[in-house]
Formats: sequence, C-alpha cells, structure tokens
Amino acid sequence: MNHAPSPSNFTAEPLPTRGGIDCDVHPPAPETDALMPYLDDFWRQSFEMRGFNRLNLAMTASPPNAPINKRPDWVGRDGEAPIDTVRRAVFDELGASLAICNPLHGAQILHSDDMGAVLCRAVNDWLAEHWLDRDSRLRGSIVISAQNAELAVEEIERRAADTRFVQILLLSMNDEPLGRRRYWPIYEAAQRHDLPVAIHAGGSYRHAPTATGWPSHVIEDYIAQAAIAESQLLSLVAEGVFARFEAIRFVFAETGFMWVPSFFWRADKTWRGTRAETPWIKQPPSELVKRHVRFTIQPADALEASQIERTLVHLDCDDLLLYASDFPHWHFDGQAALPAAFGAELGRKILRDNPLATYPRLREALAKEQTA
Amino acid sequence: MSDTLTIENPDAMARQGQGIIDCDIHPSMTTPDELMPFLSQRWRTHMATYGNSLRQGLANTLSHPRMTPEVARADAWPPNGGPPGSDVQFMREQHLDAHGIRIGVLVPLRGTPGNQRNLDFGIALASAVNEWQVDKFCGPEPRLKASLVVTQEDPAAAVAEIEKRAGDARYAQILLPPRSTEPLGRRRYWPIYEAATAANLPIAMHVGGIGGHPATGAGWPSYYIEEHHSQVQTMQALLASFIFEGVFARFPTLRIAFVEGGFGWAPAFSWRMDRAWEKMRDEVPHLRRPPSEYLRENVWFTTQPMEEPFPARNLRDTLNWIGTDRLMFSTDYPHWDFDDPAHAFKIPLEDEERQAIFSGNAARFYGWA
Repeated sequence: MNHAPSPSNFTAEPLPTRGGIDCDVHPPAPETDALMPYLDDFWRQSFEMRGFNRLNLAMTASPPNAPINKRPDWVGRDGEAPIDTVRRAVFDELGASLAICNPLHGAQILHSDDMGAVLCRAVNDWLAEHWLDRDSRLRGSIVISAQNAELAVEEIERRAADTRFVQILLLSMNDEPLGRRRYWPIYEAAQRHDLPVAIHAGGSYRHAPTATGWPSHVIEDYIAQAAIAESQLLSLVAEGVFARFEAIRFVFAETGFMWVPSFFWRADKTWRGTRAETPWIKQPPSELVKRHVRFTIQPADALEASQIERTLVHLDCDDLLLYASDFPHWHFDGQAALPAAFGAELGRKILRDNPLATYPRLREALAKEQTA
Repeated sequence: MSDTLTIENPDAMARQGQGIIDCDIHPSMTTPDELMPFLSQRWRTHMATYGNSLRQGLANTLSHPRMTPEVARADAWPPNGGPPGSDVQFMREQHLDAHGIRIGVLVPLRGTPGNQRNLDFGIALASAVNEWQVDKFCGPEPRLKASLVVTQEDPAAAVAEIEKRAGDARYAQILLPPRSTEPLGRRRYWPIYEAATAANLPIAMHVGGIGGHPATGAGWPSYYIEEHHSQVQTMQALLASFIFEGVFARFPTLRIAFVEGGFGWAPAFSWRMDRAWEKMRDEVPHLRRPPSEYLRENVWFTTQPMEEPFPARNLRDTLNWIGTDRLMFSTDYPHWDFDDPAHAFKIPLEDEERQAIFSGNAARFYGWA
C-alpha cells in the first residue's frame, strides 16, 4: 500500500504557511482540444485533419496517475472545477497569498519547432484566460519550447507586457544541457525583462535520463530528476551563463534541495582543479549558484528533522529556498508544507522574503496593492 | 578559530599508516602492444588491423580532454620512460613504500573490454587484461591485487571468466564499468551477480565506461569539470538501479563498492530514495525494506576524491550518516587527483575510525579479515 505521509519523525508542529507565496503550483494540463481556440486557421485545420486535437499531451516525466503526482485529497471532488481545487488547497488550506502556475504540458517537448511554438503560445493564452483572469492571486510562467531559441524569444516578447507572467518555464531535460550557447538568446530575453527562468523537473527524453541508460521504473526516473538538476546547475556554471548574464536568476523547481550542499562541495573542489579549462568562471560554483539560483522547497526529501536542520547548516545561506506546495503532487499531508525544522525565522524568509526577492513582478504587484 | 585544520604530523601518520589498504591504484601498459602476448593470433591481428570499436566518436582518447597528460600527477612519470603506473619498481618506491600501503588493489582502465562493441574481441581482451595484471604487477609485487575484468554485455562470457579465475586469490574483485549499455541492475546482468556471490567475490564499480548514453541526464556536457562531476550522478543512477531492480533482495550477500564516485551525495540520495519509495512502493514490490537499508548492507564507498565540505567539520555529519564502517580508503595513484593518506581527511578521526577506513573495512569487504 502506498503511503506518503509527512515523515512520522517530524514530530514538531509544522510552521504556518499563511501569507506565503507558492512558487510551484500545477494547474492540470489542458486537453489539446481546449487549445484549439488559440490556434490560427492553418493549425486548427491541421490538428483537426490529423486528429491531433483529440490526443493527450501529458508527459511521461510526470505520469498522470502515479501516486507521487496526486495527493489523494487534492484530486478534484465531484463537480469541482480545477481552479476551485487550487483555491481550496493552495489558498484556503495552505493560506497562500499568491501562487505561480507552472503548467506541465507536452507542447514543450515536441519535435517540430513550429508546432511546439504554437502550442506553447496556446497554453499561455489558455492559462491567461482560464486561470489568471479568474483569480487575481494567480500568476503564470511563460511556457516555451527550448528547442528553438528564436521562437522561444518571440513568445517571451509577446507575453512580457502581461506582468501576471512572472517567469519563464523550461524543463530540465532537453536536447542539450541548458548552459550551452544555443539557449543563450532565451537568457538574454529573460535578463532584458528581468524574468527569472524556472527549470522544472521533467522533459523531453530525447536521450536516456541517466548516463547508465534507461532505467526500468518510474521511481528511478523520479529520483534521477535531482541528478539531472545537478548536471544542469553545473552546465550553467561551466558554460559561463552567469558570467555573461550578470543579473540572470534561475529557479530550480521540484528537483529538491537536500542534495545541494554535497553538490557545492564536489563542484567547488573540482573547479579548483579544473579552472584552467573554464577561465571565465571567476568564483567557486557554490558562490555563483548562491547568487543566481533558487530552489523550491518541495520535495523536501528528508526522513528526520535533523537531516533538514543539518542540511541548512551545510547550505549556510538563507536566501536559497522558495516556498512551494507543488500542488497537486504528494509530498506531505495536511498543511505540513513547511516542516518545523526550517525554523520560524527562515520559514518567514522562505514564505515571502525570498520569493519577493526573486520575482520583481511580485514585488511590483505588492507595492501596487499597498499604495491602493 | 574552530575551523582550523588539525593535520597530524605527516611522519607519524605515515608510520601509523603501515598497513593501509589502497582500493584504487591504476596500472598501465608501457607500450600499447603489451597485451599482445596474452591474445591469440586471431585477436592480435584484429587489434592491429581494426583496433577498438567503442560507442563514441574518437578512436584513441576519451570524449572530454583531461587536465593533465594521462590524467596523471606530474611527478608520477617513471624515470625510465613509459606512462605513469607502468613501472612496478617506481610504483613500489613512490607509492607503496612511501605511503605504507600494505595491499593495493589494481583497477585497470585501459583495454576497456567491457566497452567493446565487438563482444568476442571484448571477451579476448578481458582475459588478456586479467592475465597481464598478474603477470606484470601481482607476480613481481605481491602487495598488489588484480581486478577481474569482464564483458558485462555478454553475461555468459563474464560468468565463464569469473569461474575460470574464482579460486585465484590474486584477484580481489570483479570490475564493472558504471556506464554500460543498460543500468547494471537490470536482469540481463544478474548471472554476473550470481557468479560473484558463488565465488564470494565483491564487485567494484570504478567511474567511467562508454555505454553510448550522454554523460548526464541533461545531455552531453561540454567541459571536463562537468564530465568529472557527472560520475557522481552516474553512481546515483547505478545505485538506484541495483536497489529498485531488486538485485540486493535477490542476492543479499552481494558486496558492491562504488569507486571514485564520491560519497558526500549518498545520504541525501538515500533519503530521496526512501521518500519516493514510501509513495511508489507498489511499483517495486520485490523490495522488502526501505532502499536505504539495502544501501546500508550491500554497498561500500571508496574515499577518493575526498569530499571537502566548507567548513571541513561538516564532513562529520556525512560520516555519521553513511557510517564509518562503509568507507574504504583509496588514493587513485598515479592520477592527478590523488589523495595522500596523511592529508586526505581534514577532520580528526578516532583511532578506531581511522583503522576501519584505512584498512579494516576493506579487509572485510574483500574477505581478507
């Protein structure tokens, strides 16, 4: 029997999350048919002719029915609209003040540059109309396909004026590691608009998810997402993304953070031995990551409070973590999104200060609210 | 300042070090044709005519250039010529004697029998590399033990090679490349683990291998700093594969060492495995216990490249989480990122821990205790 409680060893009352800014919420991906209104005549006719509008574009990276993907009480109740499930879970139960929607949709991993771009655009239009227009507490991520940076930049430019879109959303498995220069136009646009770039677990599976080949089980793929995040972090460092884009910020979403200290140790040590290879890296990788990268707190992969406590000591940085429920994925029960092990002071930073420091558009919204 | 390192007197350490077991020493060939005497005429001709056939583009070198020639320490080139690791006498003087190594376990990386696309050539190479090690190194220097290399992509041939040499105490372990064509926990490889347990030989996985897959789950990296680090992620995937395929549930006495893949990552990785297993255990019903328990019972780690937390004292948490009974000292001689036994640990160790890490754990792992 599957069971995913908050670890039983977390005996202390979890920290309250009221007022928090939830940085990773997943509205259920729209059926392709629901995106048809946002396509032009050519694409609509093409989809209908080929029956593509009746195909579901859920990704294998998050199998829709896997227990890890659906907290039992966050599955929509009879007759409950998806947006109402989010309102109930994220705003009513967990008390978030704002929530960032990261739609996970196959539009991001299609082989055709053009079809990927029009579907990403449709997903963004759909998100604006069916979610952002309907609840002023919701924010969005600009969904793009990284495969063709030119088309991705077009979509960023098209969407940037709508300040309810607060970041750009990439998946962590693409054709190549995300530090490589083919992706730099995306980062150039991100920096120009002061939009953080989220790199979310999952992706295209154009190659095996591990260097040892294709694992057999969903659980292995899921676990591998942390390793893939490590590879992406080092790619961003090694290729010089942080040297070229001094103001860029990345948010690693749903890839965990408990592994970050050991990543720092290894990366800094290796850098000392190999820095002649990449002379544009002027600071240790850990310093670059601390300046440019943030991590959402769920899943907090710990069995005991002490593991989180010691990991926070090892991290030695209060700015790195962002509150996230990862709705509707199942990482904790009840309202235990923020284990007591974080401590009240850091908990407050994780809930509001760090998200506000990360997302300029949330700061602006807040300032507007206060003057109104 | 509390973070000041207490490096004990290196001389005293060296004296105390009499009796170190070094789990990772790399032997090499003086000239590439050194394997020829151990190959049949058919394969000598093949090697001279066609050479290696690997799952990569470059014929004679690895995909990512290293930081030093032969990945070696600058001072490890033998005075009489030949590459580092090729001269037994020099290895004896510079390493075994100088560092008080009681037993050194050889990990041959050249020849790459496990990576050959031509399986028959791989089988011939495996046998040749095995005989070459004992002939060139273990014979003249009994402190050195060999690794039994096999062609994991042809498990039946691997089993035959294991059975052929199982009673020969000069072979300390079976060596497999972490990057194979499939994750090594998959069932097609199980005959190798059955033969290993039957022969009571542990298995070592030394970083590397050319399995044909990108070096990271994110794709092919550009730089050596990434490729070097990707060995960590490879080891993680390998560990997950062994555990979730049920290898340890099926072969509870199997002993596996992860060599040169670091160990600092293991605690957080085991927590992540356990948490995911709580949610998805019905996908892997053959697991009878949490993943971390298999890790705790069936897996060992070698120490080089030593983890260097900042501040250094944070290493204590890692040691406590993994257990000092699971770490085995290694130097990686003669490679550039060599760990000196007198300086590798930058935090104080209890005498008992030191004894365990520098020799006791390895003696138990290899069945010499």
